[in-house]
Amino acid sequence: MSDRRHRAFGSLLPALSLAIVLAGPAGAALACGGLVTPNGTINLLRTTTLAAYHQGIEHYVTSFEFAGQGQEVGSIIPLPGVPTKVVKGGDWTLQRLLIETQPPVRELAFDAAVAASGTAEVLLEAEIDSLDITVLEGGAVAVGTWAREHGFFLPPDAPEVLQFYAERSPIFLAARFNAERAAEQDVQRGEGTPIHVVIPTPRPWVPLRILALGRQATEVVEADVFLLTDVAPAMLPQALEPTGEEGQSGLILRTSEPASDSLMRDLRSDSRMGWLPRRDMWLTYVEVNERAGLLTHDLAIDASGFGRPDPVAAGLARPIPQDPAGAFPWGAVAAIVAVGAVVLLAGRRLGNRGHDGSGGGGPIGTGSGLGLERSA
Amino acid sequence: MTIALAGSIGVGAMGLAEDPAGAESVRTVHIRIHFSRFDPGNVMIAPGETARFVIENSDPIDHEFIVGDSRLQLAHERGTEAHHAPRPGEISVPAGATRSTTVTFPVDLGATLFGCHLPGHYAYGMVGTIEVS
Repeated sequence: MSDRRHRAFGSLLPALSLAIVLAGPAGAALACGGLVTPNGTINLLRTTTLAAYHQGIEHYVTSFEFAGQGQEVGSIIPLPGVPTKVVKGGDWTLQRLLIETQPPVRELAFDAAVAASGTAEVLLEAEIDSLDITVLEGGAVAVGTWAREHGFFLPPDAPEVLQFYAERSPIFLAARFNAERAAEQDVQRGEGTPIHVVIPTPRPWVPLRILALGRQATEVVEADVFLLTDVAPAMLPQALEPTGEEGQSGLILRTSEPASDSLMRDLRSDSRMGWLPRRDMWLTYVEVNERAGLLTHDLAIDASGFGRPDPVAAGLARPIPQDPAGAFPWGAVAAIVAVGAVVLLAGRRLGNRGHDGSGGGGPIGTGSGLGLERSA
Repeated sequence: MTIALAGSIGVGAMGLAEDPAGAESVRTVHIRIHFSRFDPGNVMIAPGETARFVIENSDPIDHEFIVGDSRLQLAHERGTEAHHAPRPGEISVPAGATRSTTVTFPVDLGATLFGCHLPGHYAYGMVGTIEVS
């Protein structure tokens, strides 16, 4: 990394933020029931995240930005699996990735992320600096109810978006700045708090649709997504090659290359980032520049080398219902298996009556028996 | 007794009325709110008919059901009431709850609207039409 990059790197430290939903009173309420800022719900800066996938574990690193006193902010992030831990992220990992992939450092907005502001099971709670983290498991209604009862403001598209995620993974992370702790810790407006979520999952994905929550369909969602994987990942949707056109829209593949030794060395030297492999990682940088109305999917990743990212993980296909009330007729399957078991028993009895005791029902019976055990 | 629904938030009377106690017949109209949309989004009412709207909110967020023309809808969109006390044609419907309101539609009304004015909801598409014909 050049000296120029180092200097720019230092100046970027407080600049990043993640999707934040206003949770409390923040401004004049212009509409009935208003507990939100005059412009509605969410006012996001550019979002930056790192999803590192190594040995079956997704490491999701992002940052929350404090919006200042008098405003309570929080955010809900859907996760692809149950995290084993949520800890503070590296102090400058996201900034270092930006510099690696965007040498001419662009001007970043430093304004604070003014956010607009059943029973879900609480799986994990953590305090990270002035952030209160809660990992929830539940359906869309349960999680939405929990969020509402805990002071989160949910915009009108929230029910559908929560359902979109809950169908695939009913795990959500809610983060909320604790105003008292922020004051005690002298957290400044605009100061970011990085978090690191460790998620064992066979199917990593990065939530993108959640970034459009509460936005008008024509608003543009901007985000930087960095991936560090063992091999070059296949992604769904497939990111576009850059055309050089100013303001190119969509998911744009800005970088796809072996992660440099200097990058990996730098990242590993950041606080709490020693878990990263020393080398042999692939760096992918996808710039998201898409209208909210078109951002109806996530980013599925296949880093196995087989090149088959999961359409369900991308949110482009719906999962097969697993519950008895779902579309798949499990009741009928159980009935068929039960009939099979009766046939099996009858067959065995018949077989036992045979001269050698092994004919008739033997092979059939074995198969049916396994099916019955599985169904049970 | 008939109570005129005279612009409770400063808008002129819409001509709707609460159901008289002795109304001969009241038709029940079920409307479900799901994913912040009304279903059905278009309701047919006979002139002079009294309708009891039963609003089922299946969402985990609060909604409203406000009956009235575009002027009244605009007034609510600019209003500041966090919640609506039950008034004919104006109710809050909490998350997961079912509420009802009864309205008699004048013979000469023509058409009117129903909508939700919690922040961003109307713009999101939470508006429906009532055709009185």
